[in-house]
Amino acid sequence: MALDKNGIAKRIAQELQDGWYVNLGIGIPTLVANHIPDGIEVEFQSENGILGMGPFPFEGEEDADLINAGKQTITALPGAVFFDSAMSFAMIRGQHVQLTVLGAMEVAQNGDIANWKIPGKMVKGMGGAMDLVASAENIIVAMMHANKKGESKILKTCSLPLTGVGCVKKVVTDLAVLEIKDNSFHLIERAPGVTVEEIIALTEGDLVVPAVVPEMNI
Amino acid sequence: MNKVVANAEESCKGIEDGMTLMLGGFGLCGIPENSIAQLVKLGVKDLTCISNNAGVDDFGLGLLLQKKQIRKMVSSYVGENDEFERQMLSGELEVDLIPQGSLAERCRAGGAGIPAFFTPAGFGTEVAEGKEIREFNGKPHILEMALTADFAIVKAWKGDTEGNLIYNATARNFNPMMAMAGKITIAEVEELVPAGSLDPNEIHTPGIFVQRIFKGDHFEKRIEQRTVRQK
Repeated sequence: MALDKNGIAKRIAQELQDGWYVNLGIGIPTLVANHIPDGIEVEFQSENGILGMGPFPFEGEEDADLINAGKQTITALPGAVFFDSAMSFAMIRGQHVQLTVLGAMEVAQNGDIANWKIPGKMVKGMGGAMDLVASAENIIVAMMHANKKGESKILKTCSLPLTGVGCVKKVVTDLAVLEIKDNSFHLIERAPGVTVEEIIALTEGDLVVPAVVPEMNI
Repeated sequence: MNKVVANAEESCKGIEDGMTLMLGGFGLCGIPENSIAQLVKLGVKDLTCISNNAGVDDFGLGLLLQKKQIRKMVSSYVGENDEFERQMLSGELEVDLIPQGSLAERCRAGGAGIPAFFTPAGFGTEVAEGKEIREFNGKPHILEMALTADFAIVKAWKGDTEGNLIYNATARNFNPMMAMAGKITIAEVEELVPAGSLDPNEIHTPGIFVQRIFKGDHFEKRIEQRTVRQK
Protein backbone atom coordinates (compact mmCIF):
# COMPACT_ATOMS: atom_id res chain seq x y z
CA MET A 1 0.00 0.00 0.00
CA ALA A 2 1.19 3.50 -0.78
CA LEU A 3 2.55 5.43 2.18
CA ASP A 4 0.67 8.32 3.71
CA LYS A 5 2.44 11.60 4.45
CA ASN A 6 3.59 10.38 7.84
CA GLY A 7 4.99 7.24 6.24
CA ILE A 8 7.06 9.33 3.83
CA ALA A 9 8.33 11.42 6.74
CA LYS A 10 9.18 8.29 8.73
CA ARG A 11 11.22 6.87 5.86
CA ILE A 12 13.11 10.14 5.44
CA ALA A 13 13.82 10.24 9.17
CA GLN A 14 15.86 7.03 8.68
CA GLU A 15 18.33 9.11 6.68
CA LEU A 16 19.15 11.34 9.67
CA GLN A 17 22.59 11.03 11.18
CA ASP A 18 23.66 11.89 14.69
CA GLY A 19 24.92 15.46 15.05
CA TRP A 20 23.34 16.82 11.89
CA TYR A 21 21.77 20.25 11.54
CA VAL A 22 18.66 19.82 9.40
CA ASN A 23 16.35 22.22 7.58
CA LEU A 24 12.80 20.95 7.04
CA GLY A 25 10.54 22.59 4.48
CA ILE A 26 6.80 23.19 4.72
CA GLY A 27 4.35 20.28 4.46
CA ILE A 28 5.49 16.64 4.58
CA PRO A 29 9.09 17.60 5.54
CA THR A 30 7.85 19.20 8.77
CA LEU A 31 6.54 15.76 9.85
CA VAL A 32 10.07 14.30 9.77
CA ALA A 33 10.67 15.86 13.20
CA ASN A 34 8.07 13.47 14.67
CA HIS A 35 10.02 10.35 13.64
CA ILE A 36 13.63 10.85 14.74
CA PRO A 37 15.14 7.38 15.31
CA ASP A 38 16.23 6.44 18.83
CA GLY A 39 19.82 7.30 19.67
CA ILE A 40 20.04 10.03 17.02
CA GLU A 41 20.38 13.66 18.00
CA VAL A 42 19.74 16.30 15.36
CA GLU A 43 19.00 20.01 15.55
CA PHE A 44 16.37 21.64 13.37
CA GLN A 45 16.98 24.96 11.66
CA SER A 46 14.07 27.03 10.43
CA GLU A 47 15.16 29.70 7.98
CA ASN A 48 13.10 32.47 9.52
CA GLY A 49 15.64 32.46 12.33
CA ILE A 50 15.86 29.61 14.84
CA LEU A 51 18.19 26.72 15.48
CA GLY A 52 16.96 24.22 18.05
CA MET A 53 13.32 24.26 17.04
CA GLY A 54 11.07 22.22 19.34
CA PRO A 55 7.55 20.82 19.02
CA PHE A 56 4.33 22.81 18.82
CA PRO A 57 3.48 24.58 22.10
CA PHE A 58 0.81 23.35 24.49
CA GLU A 59 -2.51 25.09 24.08
CA GLY A 60 -2.41 28.49 25.75
CA GLU A 61 1.38 28.74 25.49
CA GLU A 62 1.56 29.95 21.88
CA ASP A 63 3.82 32.95 21.32
CA ALA A 64 3.24 35.16 18.27
CA ASP A 65 6.97 35.95 18.24
CA LEU A 66 7.99 32.29 18.01
CA ILE A 67 7.17 30.64 14.70
CA ASN A 68 8.75 28.42 12.06
CA ALA A 69 9.16 29.09 8.34
CA GLY A 70 5.62 27.78 7.79
CA LYS A 71 4.39 30.54 10.16
CA GLN A 72 3.30 27.88 12.66
CA THR A 73 3.68 28.50 16.38
CA ILE A 74 6.56 26.43 17.78
CA THR A 75 8.74 26.15 20.87
CA ALA A 76 12.48 26.55 21.38
CA LEU A 77 14.44 23.67 22.94
CA PRO A 78 17.15 24.21 25.58
CA GLY A 79 20.24 25.42 23.72
CA ALA A 80 18.20 27.04 20.96
CA VAL A 81 19.32 30.28 19.34
CA PHE A 82 17.55 33.02 17.41
CA PHE A 83 19.16 35.01 14.60
CA ASP A 84 18.33 37.32 11.73
CA SER A 85 17.55 36.29 8.16
CA ALA A 86 20.99 37.19 6.77
CA MET A 87 22.70 34.97 9.33
CA SER A 88 20.15 32.24 8.74
CA PHE A 89 21.01 32.11 5.06
CA ALA A 90 24.70 32.34 5.83
CA MET A 91 24.20 29.00 7.59
CA ILE A 92 22.41 27.65 4.54
CA ARG A 93 24.57 29.14 1.76
CA GLY A 94 27.73 28.47 3.71
CA GLN A 95 26.80 24.76 3.86
CA HIS A 96 26.69 24.56 7.63
CA VAL A 97 23.36 22.71 7.42
CA GLN A 98 23.89 19.02 6.65
CA LEU A 99 20.49 18.05 5.28
CA THR A 100 17.64 19.86 3.56
CA VAL A 101 14.27 18.19 3.14
CA LEU A 102 11.71 19.92 0.96
CA GLY A 103 8.59 19.29 -1.07
CA ALA A 104 8.23 19.58 -4.83
CA MET A 105 5.63 19.78 -7.56
CA GLU A 106 8.01 18.18 -10.08
CA VAL A 107 11.43 16.54 -10.06
CA ALA A 108 13.39 15.63 -13.19
CA GLN A 109 15.92 12.88 -13.84
CA ASN A 110 18.75 15.42 -14.11
CA GLY A 111 18.07 16.58 -10.55
CA ASP A 112 16.07 19.70 -11.46
CA ILE A 113 13.28 20.67 -9.09
CA ALA A 114 10.19 22.87 -9.50
CA ASN A 115 8.11 23.88 -6.50
CA TRP A 116 7.32 27.57 -6.49
CA LYS A 117 5.12 28.67 -9.35
CA ILE A 118 2.41 27.58 -11.77
CA PRO A 119 2.37 30.31 -14.44
CA GLY A 120 -0.96 32.13 -14.64
CA LYS A 121 -2.42 30.13 -11.76
CA MET A 122 -0.43 30.01 -8.58
CA VAL A 123 2.19 32.53 -7.58
CA LYS A 124 3.29 32.06 -4.04
CA GLY A 125 6.98 32.81 -4.39
CA MET A 126 10.05 30.74 -3.73
CA GLY A 127 10.68 31.78 -0.14
CA GLY A 128 13.96 30.21 0.91
CA ALA A 129 13.72 27.23 -1.44
CA MET A 130 16.06 28.59 -4.13
CA ASP A 131 18.77 29.46 -1.61
CA LEU A 132 18.40 26.04 0.01
CA VAL A 133 18.58 23.94 -3.16
CA ALA A 134 21.39 26.01 -4.71
CA SER A 135 23.70 25.46 -1.76
CA ALA A 136 22.76 22.29 0.12
CA GLU A 137 24.96 19.29 -0.61
CA ASN A 138 22.39 16.85 0.67
CA ILE A 139 18.82 17.40 -0.50
CA ILE A 140 15.97 14.95 -0.07
CA VAL A 141 12.68 15.70 -1.77
CA ALA A 142 9.50 14.51 -0.06
CA MET A 143 6.55 14.29 -2.44
CA MET A 144 3.70 12.24 -3.83
CA HIS A 145 4.74 10.19 -6.85
CA ALA A 146 1.78 11.42 -8.94
CA ASN A 147 -0.65 14.34 -8.78
CA LYS A 148 -4.35 14.02 -7.99
CA LYS A 149 -5.11 13.32 -11.65
CA GLY A 150 -2.72 10.36 -11.55
CA GLU A 151 -0.05 12.11 -13.66
CA SER A 152 3.57 11.45 -12.77
CA LYS A 153 5.57 14.14 -10.98
CA ILE A 154 8.80 12.17 -11.52
CA LEU A 155 9.72 13.44 -14.96
CA LYS A 156 12.24 13.48 -17.81
CA THR A 157 12.26 17.29 -17.65
CA CYS A 158 10.33 19.70 -15.45
CA SER A 159 7.52 21.57 -17.18
CA LEU A 160 7.09 24.21 -14.45
CA PRO A 161 9.50 27.11 -13.71
CA LEU A 162 12.55 25.73 -11.95
CA THR A 163 13.56 26.29 -8.37
CA GLY A 164 17.03 24.82 -8.86
CA VAL A 165 19.04 22.90 -11.44
CA GLY A 166 20.70 19.51 -11.04
CA CYS A 167 20.52 19.63 -7.25
CA VAL A 168 18.25 16.77 -6.11
CA LYS A 169 19.98 13.49 -5.26
CA LYS A 170 17.24 11.57 -3.49
CA VAL A 171 13.44 11.47 -3.65
CA VAL A 172 11.11 9.74 -1.20
CA THR A 173 7.53 9.37 -2.44
CA ASP A 174 4.44 7.51 -1.27
CA LEU A 175 5.56 4.64 -3.53
CA ALA A 176 9.34 4.53 -3.58
CA VAL A 177 12.81 5.74 -2.66
CA LEU A 178 14.63 6.98 -5.75
CA GLU A 179 18.20 8.12 -6.26
CA ILE A 180 19.17 10.46 -9.06
CA LYS A 181 22.44 9.83 -10.87
CA ASP A 182 23.71 9.54 -14.45
CA ASN A 183 20.66 11.44 -15.68
CA SER A 184 18.14 8.84 -14.47
CA PHE A 185 16.10 7.80 -11.48
CA HIS A 186 17.30 4.64 -9.74
CA LEU A 187 14.73 2.60 -7.83
CA ILE A 188 16.21 1.87 -4.41
CA GLU A 189 13.22 0.76 -2.33
CA ARG A 190 9.48 0.35 -2.75
CA ALA A 191 6.74 1.10 -0.23
CA PRO A 192 5.41 -2.00 1.56
CA GLY A 193 3.05 -3.88 -0.75
CA VAL A 194 3.70 -1.64 -3.75
CA THR A 195 4.89 -3.50 -6.85
CA VAL A 196 7.71 -2.46 -9.17
CA GLU A 197 5.16 -2.38 -12.00
CA GLU A 198 3.01 0.18 -10.17
CA ILE A 199 6.08 2.38 -9.70
CA ILE A 200 7.13 2.05 -13.34
CA ALA A 201 3.60 2.96 -14.44
CA LEU A 202 3.66 6.21 -12.46
CA THR A 203 7.24 7.24 -13.33
CA GLU A 204 7.55 9.31 -16.50
CA GLY A 205 11.32 9.85 -16.23
CA ASP A 206 13.89 7.17 -17.08
CA LEU A 207 13.90 4.62 -14.27
CA VAL A 208 16.68 2.12 -13.64
CA VAL A 209 15.25 -0.92 -11.90
CA PRO A 210 17.61 -3.46 -10.32
CA ALA A 211 16.79 -7.19 -10.30
CA VAL A 212 15.71 -7.02 -6.67
CA VAL A 213 13.99 -3.99 -5.15
CA PRO A 214 13.67 -4.33 -1.38
CA GLU A 215 10.64 -3.07 0.54
CA MET A 216 11.11 -0.10 2.84
CA ASN A 217 11.59 -1.14 6.42
CA ILE A 218 9.26 1.20 8.31
CA MET B 1 21.11 61.66 21.08
CA ASN B 2 17.40 61.48 21.69
CA LYS B 3 15.57 59.90 18.77
CA VAL B 4 12.20 59.48 20.43
CA VAL B 5 9.09 60.67 18.64
CA ALA B 6 5.62 60.64 20.16
CA ASN B 7 3.80 58.15 17.98
CA ALA B 8 3.35 56.64 14.51
CA GLU B 9 1.93 59.91 13.22
CA GLU B 10 5.18 61.70 14.07
CA SER B 11 7.45 58.86 12.99
CA CYS B 12 5.92 58.53 9.52
CA LYS B 13 6.31 62.24 8.68
CA GLY B 14 7.97 62.70 5.31
CA ILE B 15 6.69 59.48 3.76
CA GLU B 16 5.31 60.46 0.38
CA ASP B 17 3.72 58.98 -2.72
CA GLY B 18 6.10 57.00 -4.89
CA MET B 19 8.65 56.26 -2.18
CA THR B 20 10.42 52.97 -1.54
CA LEU B 21 9.82 51.48 1.89
CA MET B 22 11.35 48.49 3.63
CA LEU B 23 9.14 46.81 6.20
CA GLY B 24 10.50 44.22 8.61
CA GLY B 25 8.80 40.98 9.56
CA PHE B 26 8.34 37.40 8.47
CA GLY B 27 4.71 36.57 7.85
CA LEU B 28 2.91 38.55 10.54
CA CYS B 29 5.75 37.97 13.00
CA GLY B 30 7.73 41.10 13.88
CA ILE B 31 5.88 43.48 11.56
CA PRO B 32 5.62 47.22 12.37
CA GLU B 33 1.85 47.12 12.74
CA ASN B 34 1.43 50.61 14.23
CA SER B 35 3.32 52.20 11.35
CA ILE B 36 1.37 50.19 8.77
CA ALA B 37 -1.87 51.47 10.32
CA GLN B 38 -0.49 55.01 10.00
CA LEU B 39 0.43 54.47 6.32
CA VAL B 40 -3.17 53.41 5.69
CA LYS B 41 -4.36 56.55 7.46
CA LEU B 42 -1.96 58.75 5.46
CA GLY B 43 -3.18 57.23 2.22
CA VAL B 44 0.25 57.49 0.58
CA LYS B 45 0.23 55.60 -2.71
CA ASP B 46 2.40 54.29 -5.55
CA LEU B 47 4.65 52.78 -2.91
CA THR B 48 7.36 50.26 -3.59
CA CYS B 49 7.39 47.95 -0.57
CA ILE B 50 10.32 45.67 0.15
CA SER B 51 9.12 43.07 2.62
CA ASN B 52 9.58 39.30 2.78
CA ASN B 53 5.81 38.77 2.72
CA ALA B 54 2.73 40.79 1.90
CA GLY B 55 0.70 40.13 5.02
CA VAL B 56 -2.70 38.45 4.91
CA ASP B 57 -5.85 39.90 3.37
CA ASP B 58 -6.89 41.91 6.43
CA PHE B 59 -3.63 42.44 8.35
CA GLY B 60 -0.08 43.58 7.80
CA LEU B 61 0.72 44.84 4.30
CA GLY B 62 -2.56 43.31 3.15
CA LEU B 63 -4.17 46.48 4.52
CA LEU B 64 -2.15 48.64 2.11
CA LEU B 65 -2.88 46.27 -0.77
CA GLN B 66 -6.61 46.50 -0.11
CA LYS B 67 -6.41 50.29 -0.48
CA LYS B 68 -4.27 49.89 -3.62
CA GLN B 69 -1.48 51.97 -2.06
CA ILE B 70 1.26 49.65 -3.28
CA ARG B 71 2.52 49.87 -6.86
CA LYS B 72 5.31 47.33 -6.54
CA MET B 73 6.17 44.59 -4.06
CA VAL B 74 9.63 43.12 -3.60
CA SER B 75 9.18 39.89 -1.63
CA SER B 76 10.12 36.22 -1.42
CA TYR B 77 6.84 34.59 -0.48
CA VAL B 78 3.32 35.92 -0.85
CA GLY B 79 1.25 32.75 -0.58
CA GLU B 80 -1.03 33.83 2.24
CA ASN B 81 -2.66 36.75 0.52
CA ASP B 82 -5.48 36.23 -2.00
CA GLU B 83 -5.79 39.93 -2.82
CA PHE B 84 -2.07 40.01 -3.61
CA GLU B 85 -2.39 37.07 -5.96
CA ARG B 86 -5.41 38.64 -7.64
CA GLN B 87 -3.67 42.03 -8.18
CA MET B 88 -0.51 40.31 -9.40
CA LEU B 89 -2.20 37.97 -11.88
CA SER B 90 -4.36 40.84 -13.23
CA GLY B 91 -1.28 43.02 -13.71
CA GLU B 92 -2.37 45.80 -11.31
CA LEU B 93 0.57 45.12 -9.04
CA GLU B 94 4.17 44.91 -10.11
CA VAL B 95 5.99 42.13 -8.27
CA ASP B 96 9.64 41.23 -7.94
CA LEU B 97 10.01 37.83 -6.30
CA ILE B 98 13.46 37.22 -4.84
CA PRO B 99 14.91 34.19 -3.04
CA GLN B 100 14.62 34.82 0.71
CA GLY B 101 18.33 34.60 1.42
CA SER B 102 19.13 36.91 -1.48
CA LEU B 103 16.54 39.39 -0.23
CA ALA B 104 18.06 39.38 3.25
CA GLU B 105 21.59 39.75 1.91
CA ARG B 106 20.59 42.50 -0.54
CA CYS B 107 19.20 44.53 2.36
CA ARG B 108 22.27 43.81 4.46
CA ALA B 109 24.54 44.79 1.55
CA GLY B 110 22.56 48.01 1.05
CA GLY B 111 23.13 48.98 4.64
CA ALA B 112 26.75 47.83 4.67
CA GLY B 113 27.89 49.77 1.60
CA ILE B 114 28.39 46.72 -0.60
CA PRO B 115 26.81 47.48 -3.99
CA ALA B 116 26.37 43.90 -5.19
CA PHE B 117 27.40 40.30 -4.54
CA PHE B 118 27.35 36.89 -6.20
CA THR B 119 25.16 34.05 -4.94
CA PRO B 120 24.33 30.61 -6.31
CA ALA B 121 20.63 30.99 -5.40
CA GLY B 122 18.42 31.17 -8.46
CA PHE B 123 20.98 30.11 -11.05
CA GLY B 124 19.21 28.39 -13.96
CA THR B 125 15.82 29.81 -12.93
CA GLU B 126 13.87 32.88 -14.03
CA VAL B 127 15.42 34.77 -11.12
CA ALA B 128 18.72 34.74 -13.04
CA GLU B 129 17.25 36.29 -16.21
CA GLY B 130 19.18 39.40 -17.22
CA LYS B 131 21.71 39.06 -14.42
CA GLU B 132 25.45 38.65 -14.78
CA ILE B 133 26.64 35.08 -14.24
CA ARG B 134 30.12 34.19 -13.10
CA GLU B 135 31.74 30.96 -12.07
CA PHE B 136 33.53 30.65 -8.73
CA ASN B 137 35.11 27.35 -7.63
CA GLY B 138 33.53 25.65 -10.62
CA LYS B 139 30.01 26.70 -9.68
CA PRO B 140 27.85 29.34 -11.44
CA HIS B 141 26.66 32.32 -9.40
CA ILE B 142 24.40 35.27 -10.21
CA LEU B 143 25.03 38.93 -9.46
CA GLU B 144 22.50 40.45 -7.06
CA MET B 145 22.36 44.20 -6.37
CA ALA B 146 22.08 45.82 -2.95
CA LEU B 147 18.74 47.28 -1.87
CA THR B 148 18.13 50.51 0.02
CA ALA B 149 14.96 52.43 0.86
CA ASP B 150 13.76 55.98 1.51
CA PHE B 151 12.35 54.71 4.78
CA ALA B 152 12.94 51.43 6.58
CA ILE B 153 10.29 50.62 9.17
CA VAL B 154 11.17 47.95 11.70
CA LYS B 155 9.64 46.45 14.81
CA ALA B 156 11.68 45.61 17.91
CA TRP B 157 10.84 44.28 21.35
CA LYS B 158 12.83 46.78 23.39
CA GLY B 159 14.50 49.98 22.36
CA ASP B 160 16.17 52.87 24.14
CA THR B 161 16.12 56.60 23.54
CA GLU B 162 19.35 56.30 21.50
CA GLY B 163 17.65 53.94 19.08
CA ASN B 164 19.42 50.78 20.23
CA LEU B 165 17.20 47.77 19.58
CA ILE B 166 16.63 44.25 20.92
CA TYR B 167 14.31 41.86 19.12
CA ASN B 168 12.36 38.97 20.61
CA ALA B 169 12.70 35.37 19.37
CA THR B 170 11.92 34.85 15.66
CA ALA B 171 10.42 38.35 15.42
CA ARG B 172 13.98 39.45 14.60
CA ASN B 173 14.00 38.05 11.03
CA PHE B 174 14.48 40.86 8.44
CA ASN B 175 14.34 43.75 10.91
CA PRO B 176 18.10 44.14 11.61
CA MET B 177 19.13 44.23 7.93
CA MET B 178 16.33 46.58 6.95
CA ALA B 179 17.17 48.87 9.85
CA MET B 180 20.63 49.23 8.27
CA ALA B 181 19.34 49.92 4.75
CA GLY B 182 16.94 52.82 5.27
CA LYS B 183 17.95 56.42 4.54
CA ILE B 184 15.63 57.09 7.45
CA THR B 185 14.90 54.17 9.75
CA ILE B 186 11.86 54.17 12.00
CA ALA B 187 11.71 51.68 14.87
CA GLU B 188 8.50 50.91 16.68
CA VAL B 189 9.00 49.09 19.96
CA GLU B 190 6.92 47.41 22.62
CA GLU B 191 9.05 48.83 25.43
CA LEU B 192 10.92 52.11 25.25
CA VAL B 193 13.52 52.66 27.97
CA PRO B 194 16.06 55.37 28.83
CA ALA B 195 19.54 55.08 27.31
CA GLY B 196 21.72 53.03 29.62
CA SER B 197 18.98 50.61 30.66
CA LEU B 198 19.81 48.00 28.03
CA ASP B 199 22.91 45.81 28.39
CA PRO B 200 25.28 46.94 25.60
CA ASN B 201 26.28 43.27 25.16
CA GLU B 202 22.76 42.31 24.21
CA ILE B 203 21.81 44.97 21.69
CA HIS B 204 21.05 43.56 18.22
CA THR B 205 20.78 46.80 16.23
CA PRO B 206 23.07 49.66 17.25
CA GLY B 207 21.26 52.99 17.41
CA ILE B 208 23.44 54.48 14.65
CA PHE B 209 21.11 52.81 12.16
CA VAL B 210 17.93 54.25 13.70
CA GLN B 211 16.73 57.83 13.22
CA ARG B 212 13.30 57.72 14.89
CA ILE B 213 11.95 55.50 17.64
CA PHE B 214 8.54 55.32 19.31
CA LYS B 215 6.54 53.05 21.55
CA GLY B 216 3.66 51.47 19.64
CA ASP B 217 0.19 52.20 21.04
CA HIS B 218 -1.13 48.74 20.44
CA PHE B 219 0.29 45.44 19.28
CA GLU B 220 -2.23 42.88 18.13
CA LYS B 221 0.56 40.40 17.24
CA ARG B 222 -1.77 38.22 15.27
CA ILE B 223 -0.80 34.57 14.88
CA GLU B 224 -0.99 33.30 11.30
CA GLN B 225 -0.93 29.54 11.92
CA ARG B 226 -1.87 28.61 15.46
CA THR B 227 -0.50 25.11 15.96
CA VAL B 228 -0.57 23.38 19.35
CA ARG B 229 -0.15 19.93 20.84
CA GLN B 230 -2.26 18.29 23.53
CA LYS B 231 -1.02 18.03 27.10
